[in-house]
This record gives sequence, C-alpha cells and structure tokens, in this order.
Amino acid sequence: MNRHMQYLASQAAAGKLSRRDFLGKAAALGFTAVSANLLLSTAAKAAGPQKGGTIRLGLQGGSTTDSLDPALVTNTVGLMVTRLWGETLVELADDGGIEGKLAESYEASADAKTWTFKLRSGVTYSNGQSVTADDVVKTMERHSGEDTKSGALGIMRGIKDVRAEGDSVVFELDSPNADLPYLLADYHLIIQPNGGNDDPAAAIGTGPYIMKSSDMGVRFVAEKNPNYWGDLGNADTVEIIVINDDTARVAALQSGQVDVIDRVPPRTAKLVDRAPNITVHSTSAAGHYVFIMHCNTAPFDNNDVRMALKYGINRQEMVDKILNGYGTVGNDTPINASYPMYTELEQRQFDPDKAMHHLKKAGHDGSILLRTSDNSFPGAPDASALFQQSLSSAGIQLDVKREPNDGYWSEVWNAKPFCTSYWGGRPTQDQMFTTAYLSTADWNDTRFNNEQFDQMLVAARGELDVAKRTQMYADMSTILRDEGGLICPMFNDFVEATTDKVDGFVEGIPGQVLMNGYAASKLWVKA
Amino acid sequence: MSPIVKLLAQRIALSLLLLLLISIVIFAGTIVLPGDVAQSILGQSATPEALANLRAELGVNDPPVQRYFAWLFGAMQGDLGTALTSGQDIAQALSSRFWNTLFLAFWAAVVAVPLAIFLGLLAVRFKDRWPDKMISAVTLASISIPEFLIGYVLMYFIAVQLRWFPSVAMVNDNMSLFEKLNAIALPIAVLTLVVLAHMMRMTRAAILNVMQSAYIETAELKGLNAFQVIYRHAFPNAIAPIVNVVMLNLAYLVVGVVVIEVVFVYPGMGQYLVDHVSKRDVPVVQACGLIFAAVYIGLNMIADIVAILSNPRLRHPK
Repeated sequence: MNRHMQYLASQAAAGKLSRRDFLGKAAALGFTAVSANLLLSTAAKAAGPQKGGTIRLGLQGGSTTDSLDPALVTNTVGLMVTRLWGETLVELADDGGIEGKLAESYEASADAKTWTFKLRSGVTYSNGQSVTADDVVKTMERHSGEDTKSGALGIMRGIKDVRAEGDSVVFELDSPNADLPYLLADYHLIIQPNGGNDDPAAAIGTGPYIMKSSDMGVRFVAEKNPNYWGDLGNADTVEIIVINDDTARVAALQSGQVDVIDRVPPRTAKLVDRAPNITVHSTSAAGHYVFIMHCNTAPFDNNDVRMALKYGINRQEMVDKILNGYGTVGNDTPINASYPMYTELEQRQFDPDKAMHHLKKAGHDGSILLRTSDNSFPGAPDASALFQQSLSSAGIQLDVKREPNDGYWSEVWNAKPFCTSYWGGRPTQDQMFTTAYLSTADWNDTRFNNEQFDQMLVAARGELDVAKRTQMYADMSTILRDEGGLICPMFNDFVEATTDKVDGFVEGIPGQVLMNGYAASKLWVKA
Repeated sequence: MSPIVKLLAQRIALSLLLLLLISIVIFAGTIVLPGDVAQSILGQSATPEALANLRAELGVNDPPVQRYFAWLFGAMQGDLGTALTSGQDIAQALSSRFWNTLFLAFWAAVVAVPLAIFLGLLAVRFKDRWPDKMISAVTLASISIPEFLIGYVLMYFIAVQLRWFPSVAMVNDNMSLFEKLNAIALPIAVLTLVVLAHMMRMTRAAILNVMQSAYIETAELKGLNAFQVIYRHAFPNAIAPIVNVVMLNLAYLVVGVVVIEVVFVYPGMGQYLVDHVSKRDVPVVQACGLIFAAVYIGLNMIADIVAILSNPRLRHPK
C-alpha cells in the first residue's frame, strides 16, 4: 500500500494527478491529510525542478545610472540581469571546477600559453543569428581594447592574441597561465553578436531568458528563451525589482511581494528566519572586510608596527558583533577555504602582549590614525571602534576618523595609509593575488612590494602540477600573513532569503552571490 | 493698465528672473563640487587607463561659462542633454519619472488638502475643546516623527501583518489606475500624515485671526450659525494665507519625497536624482535641480497670484 502511495505522490508531484485527487485517494487508502501532504512535498522535492510560473527577486545594488552593457556591470543587479540574457564561454561548476557554456570543450598546450576553446554548435542568439567564432574574438577585443571601459580589462591584459580557427577560438598568452578558463568565466565577458560593437546594451545573447523590459535601477522583466540550448531556466518569467533599502527589501519578502532577496542584514537575519514561510540561506564566501595599511608609508613601513596591529585585533569578536555570526574569522590573508588549492595556516589569535612587544620593538610613539566610513563595509565604524578598544588593552592608541561615504573610494581608499575597506572574492588565488598584492597591480591597496612574492606568483601561474602549486600558494599566503599590509579579521557570508513559494536553493559555488548569479534560472516555483 | 494686471506681470517676471538666477547657482554649484565623475562612475574598480578613457569621452574640460550658456539655451528648448553615466537622453528619461512623481504628489494632495482644511475648520469650530486638542495633538505628532519611520511602521502593520496594501510601490505603464492607486496607497498615507499638520494649523490660525474681526461679530449677531459664519465670511478672507501654505506643501510633495521614494521603491524623480548625485552625473543633477526649482517657484507664484486675486482691494481699484 505504501508503494502505491508513493507512486500516487510522484504522479501528483509531476502534475499528472491533481492535488485534490491525490488527497482523496490517499484518504481512501487510510492516510491522514497531514502525512499525505508531507509525502507530497517530499515527492515534489525529489521530482526536481518544476517548470513555469514567475520568480520575483528583490535585489540590492541597482542604480538608475546602470547600463545593460555587460562591460559596465558593477553590481549584483547587473550580474543577475546579465546572467539572464547572456552567457560566457565557460562557467564555474558547483564543484569549483570549470564547465563549458558557449564553449563545449577546451584544451591547453603543454606550456599553458596557448588555449583552444571549441564552440558549441547550433547555438543562436535571441535575435536568431548563429554564434560564430568571430563573435567571440570581437567580444574579447572589445573588452581589451585601448579605449575600453570594461571591468574585465584587468584580467584581459595577459592575453596577447585571440583568433578564430574554424569553430574554435585560440588564445595566445604572454606568459603561461593555468587559470585562463577561470578568467574567461568573468561575468563581463558575455559573448555578443559582433562582439557587442554595434549596440553593446542591446541585451542580445544566448542566455536562458530574453529581456522584455529593462528599467534601470527599478525593474527588469525577462521571459523564457524558447530556443535556449541548455536546460537552465525553470520559471517562465523572471522579474527583478531593485530594492536598495534593507528594511523595505525584507518587508517585500515578508509580505510576499518578492520570492527571493539578497543581503539580508545580519543584525535581523535570525528574526527574519523565524517566520514560518521564510528560509534564510547563509553561503560562506571569499569576500572579506579589511583594514589596510600602506607598507611604504610611516609608521606602517615598519613590519613590527603592522604585526602589533595584527595581534591587537580580536577577530572572533568582530565576527560575533559585526557579522552577527554570519561569517568566519580571517587570518590576515585574502585566501580562505572557498579557494581551490587552499592550505590552512596557523590561525593568528588576539594577543595584547605580543602586540605590545612588537610596538615596543618598532619604537613607535603616539597614536595611529584609522579612516573609516559607512560604505567601506557594513558596520565599518563599529568595527573600527572595536579595534580601538582591543588595541587600547595592548596600550596602543588608535584614533578613528569618520570620512563621508561620498568620495570614499576616490579620496581615501587606495590613497590614505590606513583605512577600512572590503574585497569581494576571486575564483582563484592567482586572480586575488594578481589583482591586489602583486607589486605592480593597479589595486595594490596595501602598497605591498615583495620581490619573492611576485616571482612565486608568476611561477605558480605556469605550474600545472597541482601539489607544487598548492604549496606555492600556501607559502605566499604565509608571506602575506606575516609581512603584508592587510589586516583581515573576517570573511562575510552572503545572507540571502527565499519564501516557501520557491524551491531549489543550494549553496552552489562557495564565495559566489545568489547561487553564482544563477538563482533566477535555477530556482523553481513550487506547483 | 489696471494695477492687478501690472502686479501679475511683475510677479511672473520676478519668478522668471529668480529661475534664471537659480540656474546660475545650480550650474556653479555642480561645477565646484569636489570629486570626479569618471571615478564615481567606475567606483572601486577604476583602473587609471579606464579613468583616463572615460574622462576624455565625457569632455569635462571645456570652459564653464561656455558650458553654462550651451546648457541654458538647450534647457530653454527642452533639451537637457544626455546623461554621462548611461548616455540616455535626460529629458526623455526624466519625463516618465517626473510624471510618476506628479502622480504620487497629485493623489497625496487630493487626500491631504481637503482633509487638512476640513480638520482646520473643525478645530476652529470646536476651539479649545477636545476635538481641537485631539486634532492638533495627532497631526503635530505625525509631523514630528521622521517620515521614514512612519513609512516603516505602516509597512510593518499594513503590508506585512495585515497584507492590505503592498510594501513596494512599484508602478508601470501596464497597470490600471486602480492597480496603481493600490500600489501607492502606503506612500500616500505617509505623505498625508507628513503634510497634514502644517496646512491644518495654518488654516486654523488664519481663520481664527479673521474671527476676531468686527464683521464676524455682525454675522453672528444677524443669526448665522457657527459653520455658516466660518464658511461664508471667515474662510474667503483667510484664503490667501491658506493657499500659501497649501502651495508650499504641494511643492514639498513634489520635491521633498526622496526618502519616501527610496523606502517604498517608488520610481520617481527623487530616487533618480539621488542615484545620479552619487555618480556625479552633473547634467542630470542640473536638470533635476532646474525642474525642482521651477516647480517650487511656479507653485509659489500661483500662491501669490491667488492672494492678489482674492484681495478685494486689488480686484476693485478706486
């Protein structure tokens, strides 16, 4: 009889039997309504994604000044919209590896300097045109040209030449790079007809959805692309509403106006989770909140001053009070367990005695000035006050100067010697180090200049032996931890929430927001 | 020329002059603002190359005076330029936002103005008794609470708990009037609470002032009841100050609703302006500033004109 019930439940979940009929038959077989309903919901989950319906997302970070041009995307809303209509060559897989999107397969030469990506055949854009290797070449050129404004310019620098060969695209690199596929998974590098040179903001791509209306910073509506080659996209319609105000976003979820929200404020996340129809999801991430010192500016040019400050911070207290537990402690390197090839280093603890010892050794006298602002990371002024207290127990005086949000990124960050900031994660160690810790990096915001570190970075990039490479990254992290200008007290989780109208939320790739930006097409509306 | 036409012409000319002066202030103000457009557009992710490329493209290096006149003549012809950040035509992008803002302001005014005047009359009728005191207490309390807090409180009780109206006031062209009104019910309620007290108190004060006059006593002596006295004799003579404060509040409903728009995610001009201020999109900020100034001056001009027209000494010169 039980097996018969399970059969009925799977039929009902698949939509072949109405819920009412199912409950009627279950009652006839002697099941109570409660147990029958339970069986049905289990079957629904096992039955996998449901097709159809509308998913509505309320997201933070959009602005009326945004553009649909993928080169200019800077925020979560832009990322989510781009993921709807467009696709990159390759994408991060849930296991941290790489999976093909528009490229079916790829291979590297033995020296990792020449890479060949074979395109998937028969894929068309939403305007009906076929995807050609030439489009890919033009796309890459648009993002790396002299006059480009693309956010992907930095990662395109090491590419010497891109050319089409039949239905393949060949990348020639300046120097070996085993991580090229990770770089090409960057969300700016959406393949567009003619590289997007004709109309970069036309939103014509190969994605699972087609944009129906785009009101920048307000609302986006997309409908299922009937000709999509893959199996992404469960809902028929996706609606993205920009709700920048935290309270308004949570209220919209609670009142059922949206099904998914991002950035639930950690302070209230536990309260939100208490509602019976809402689930809060916490995804461990590679993003981190930091205090950055310029290694070339007094007094931070003395490593003992840097060490004193690193020993004078109470990391666990920061995670508890600033992130309300939605995060993990940092270890003064930008790398955590979200990265492939991660090696755990010995955790640095809060130690006022050592802090005092290092400061004495440095012979530094007087107070140290820290600049902070509300937008450098959520709770930055509070975190600065905590830092001030923990340092004072080591006899170090920290002065905190509150700077205006406006202009913080141009006047303070990467300009003043000691300030608060944040970093988003990168998919690989190489990218994180190249972006911010290589002595010649544009965003070397700690002014870190270490020849040995630079050499190891280049060597590791061309190293195809994973064990050797892992060791190299561990050594580099150790150098940063013990000599760098980065004080990294905490890695912040992404805290997101869904209502019980939708199902299918999985953590996905560590360190990525909203299921690596695919929440809109991978979630489904429950039948 | 009759003095009234002369007065009106003077009033309008003065308003235009004021608008011109304000356009200079707006232009000069946005020029001397610190910060860099290119840096603000690219944010934390700006590289020196990208910055240089963007700055060259934006052409922010022409002399200011030349840019002012080009901008002014363009604005007079309805051409507000293009947004630096998105490259969109500002006049086109602004018009739908402006209509949304007017839509919200209009319906808020439809609720708030009659309610405020009615409550004001009621307060006069029951002066110093419990209705008067209660009306004053409630309206003054609601004006004293920050508007975003009133917004959150209403959102929590009416949208989340009772689910009567939506918490997100999202309107678009595909919605019927009823759907739109349903969507903006909460912002209308908040705006009404915010502007009610000012208008109500002014109505009460203006009418009470008139009530001291000898002709009111005459009206009472000839046997009119209290409401008739207020309605027929006191109110017409109190119109000028009332219209003044009503116009001031209407202007507030148009130009001062930024916070409400953000809290309720209403796609109006306030949100549009704030986004562009934070990105240093100067042409958009100038255009918004100009429109806000024009609305403010225009409504105040109307208030003055009504005051002139309602003054019998000006309507009937000797």
